Parts: sequence; structure tokens; C-alpha cells
Amino acid sequence: MSELAESARPAIPAGMRLQWEAAQEAHVLLYPEGMVKLNGSAGAIMSCCDGVRTVGDIVAELERTFGVTGLAGDVRAFVALALEKHWLELRE
Amino acid sequence: MSGTTPVGHGLSAPNAAAGGTATGAAAVPAAAPAARSQPGPPLWLLLEVTYRCPLHCVFCYNPTDFARTGPELSTGDWMRVLSEARALGAVQLGLSGGEPLVREDLETIVGKAHELGYYVNLITSGVGLTEARIAALKRAGLDHIQLSFQDSTREMNDFLSSTRTFELKAKVAALIRRYDYPMVLNVVLHRLNIDHVEQILEMAESLGAQYVELANTQYYGWAWLNREQLLPSRAQLERAEAVTQRFRARVGTRMQIYFVVPDYFETRPKACMSGLGSVFLAIAPDGTAMPCHAARMLPGLELPNVRQGDIRSIWYDSQAFNRFRGESWMKEPCRSCPERSRDFGGCRCQAYLLTGDADNTDPVCDLSPHHHLVTEAVARAAAADAAAGAARPLVFRDHRISIPVVVAEPSSAR
Repeated sequence: MSELAESARPAIPAGMRLQWEAAQEAHVLLYPEGMVKLNGSAGAIMSCCDGVRTVGDIVAELERTFGVTGLAGDVRAFVALALEKHWLELRE
Repeated sequence: MSGTTPVGHGLSAPNAAAGGTATGAAAVPAAAPAARSQPGPPLWLLLEVTYRCPLHCVFCYNPTDFARTGPELSTGDWMRVLSEARALGAVQLGLSGGEPLVREDLETIVGKAHELGYYVNLITSGVGLTEARIAALKRAGLDHIQLSFQDSTREMNDFLSSTRTFELKAKVAALIRRYDYPMVLNVVLHRLNIDHVEQILEMAESLGAQYVELANTQYYGWAWLNREQLLPSRAQLERAEAVTQRFRARVGTRMQIYFVVPDYFETRPKACMSGLGSVFLAIAPDGTAMPCHAARMLPGLELPNVRQGDIRSIWYDSQAFNRFRGESWMKEPCRSCPERSRDFGGCRCQAYLLTGDADNTDPVCDLSPHHHLVTEAVARAAAADAAAGAARPLVFRDHRISIPVVVAEPSSAR
């Protein structure tokens, strides 16, 4: 997954749904007969994965939102993990 | 589908909550398990909207006295249950039965559930799934369909011999794909059909299945009554696993196959429901609320009914949902076992059925003083399998004349 390009556009796969769950105070990713509870940063990253924004866009946006720099490594690592687990897919 | 067992018809269902609500280990900070004194929300809601069903499965987990249960909840009752449970945090919804399509208001129930934010799974035999209904269900917001094989003898024979059932499943499978749902097939295995796994997988392939769950029967309800006829031998199980492995190698990722081993062949129990009263809430057609859909059998559980109380009080305050929370109910060897927080002592229903005491360790565990009850059942299955040797396996005519019959493979061939 180290070849994840800056221009890659991650998206939530068809049949899965990301939503905020107040009862769990977390974003959860729902899929057939199961779910994954995401921590704060994972939820923030996944919320940006709309198949339009690139990995580069997502890093820039999160850095702006949280007023920090140097998020590229964390975002790329999480996106790579999520791709491996099929929580995300890449769009052309 | 990451290896989770489905909620609903397959008898793997009592495992469902455990598999179905996996928290993403890597994506979640290492949190201590929720304190048992403060139960979390009923994340998994299963509505058995009806016990009515056109099929007559020998392994159905529905209660064997289902014919005596009261009238089904109304549409309005189900709507209220959905709203109240969602307010507590329920988010994964299974619609099962019986055959849920028998309810003419299924689309209305799905629509309400979708509007409330549930992820809606339908577990169906496909009987009654017309194009008009799947289109309406899709519009209503149905997220997922699991097509199940439910009648292991009549329906499976029929399927394997290419008569009406195969045509029905093929038609429904095509509809499922056309409406952009993943094609997920669940087949319950047991002694009488497990030797046909290769043919079952070939049929699944010809239906265009993307995911196939080969779920071995678990022994509750009707399956418990039929256990001596249904439990496969270890040799059968090993053959079926080998066939599955070869099939996987051939089809690759085109079709993902999950093979659920019957827990009688294990030495540690399943973490049934992640512990009763932990994440799973089932509502029977008559409104009975249960911490497991087989829990009706457990003596001393005062099962509440949604006609008399709201979901909040049922989940947090009722005797039935608190009875097996925490660890204070446990007996030895569970009580002092370091694995008790992992498997919660296994399945309460299985402990009760096999030992007569629901507080006992699930006898699947080889630390249980009752483990011999499981190994003896397995030994009887081996003897029955051997005794049936001359007559077995049943040979079905193949629906494709051009290929040889593959299921008649004698065991001496390996």
C-alpha cells in the first residue's frame, strides 16, 4: 500500500455507510451485518473520503480544520489500512 | 462480510452479535472493555417479524412451540420498537422470521428503519421476492439482502436436482444483482447435505454468488430435536473443508467462502452474543424481547414484551436482560478462568440443553466437566456416518448433464 498516490481518491465502498452515532459518540462504518467503530481521527479522515477529494486534499483540509501540520503520514497510514480492510476503495 | 456470521436464519445466528459488531481494533483506541455494570446500547436489533414461513426446515432455530405464540405485532408496534431502540443506539437491524416477506408491511417497516438511520439487513429464503417487492424495498432504503437456504432436505434436494427451487433461487439471485446488492448466499450444512458441498458451491457459482456462507447447523429449537440425524462426523467435516479449500483456490476472490465449523468440534466455546445483554436484542413476532433469539428456552428468564414496556426499561432494567450480565452468575470452571472475559462462558442455551443448568460452562469447552456430552455426540455421529456408509452419500442427478456427478465420491478415494 506504500504506492498510495497523492492523487488517489478514496471513497466509502458501495453497500457501506459512514455515520455519526450519538449513542457511541463516534463515527461508525456500517456494512452488511457488521460495523466498525472509529476513533476521532479515523472518523475525521473517513468523513473526507467522498471519492472526489484526493489524499492530498484530505491532508490539507484536515490540517486547516485542526490548525496543525504534518498530518500526511497519519492520513496515508490510515487510508492504507482502511483500503486493506476494504473500508475504503479508490476511485479513478 | 469480513467473516462475520449472519444474524437470522442460519443457525450460526447465535454467534452473530459477536462477529457482527467487531470494533475496528486498529481504528479504535485501546479502550478497556465497557464496565459490565454499565451496559452499552443494544447495537444489534433483530426483528423476527413473523414465524410464518412457507418452508419447514428441520434445523430451524425458531421455538418448537412457535405455533402457540400470540398474535404478531402490528405495523405500528414495530415502528415504535424501531424508534425506541434507535434512540438507545441500536444501529444494525436484521429483519428475519419466519420468512419476513410474508409480512405485507415489510416495505413500510424498512422505510421507517432507514429513515431512523438503521443499516437494514433482510434475511430471506427469497420466496415471495418479486421484482415489484425488491424495487419497493430498494426505494424504502434496504441496505442488504442475505439469501438463505432454509429447507435442508426438501429444498436442498430440489435445488441440487435442478427443479423449481433452483429456478427460484436463480431468479431471485439475478434480481438481487440487478438491484445492486451484493449476492450473499447462506447455506446451512449438516450430516445429510455436507457431502454435497462441492455441488452446493458450483450451484452458488452459477447463481453469481459473491459471498457464500457455509454455516454448520447449531443445535437449538428444531435442530436440537433432530441433532442425532444432523450432526456430521468429523470425517465428513474434514472432507467438506478440503473441498471448500480446493474450490477457493479455483475461484479466487470472485467468490468468497466462509466455512463455519460446528462448535461441537471445538474445545473452546463461542463468545455467544458477546455475552447476553451486551449488544444484542431480539424481538419475537409476538413482541417478546430476548437477549438471544433462542433464549425462550431458558428457564427462569422472565422475558418482557414490548406491548407492556418500552425498550429502554426492557434493555436496562428487566430481569431477563440482567440475568447473565457480568460474571456473578458464573460457576466453576468459568468463574476463575482467565478466558471468561473472552468467551463469557459460551452459550447459555447450549449449557442448558446439554447439562440442564444454564449457569454451567458451555460443554463445548474442554475444561467443562460435561465436555464428554459433546464428544459422545460427536462419537455417535461418527458411528452413524460409518453405519450409513453403504447407503451414503445420496446421489443427486446433476442439473448439467455435461459434467460428471461429483458428489458420489466414495470416502475410500482419499
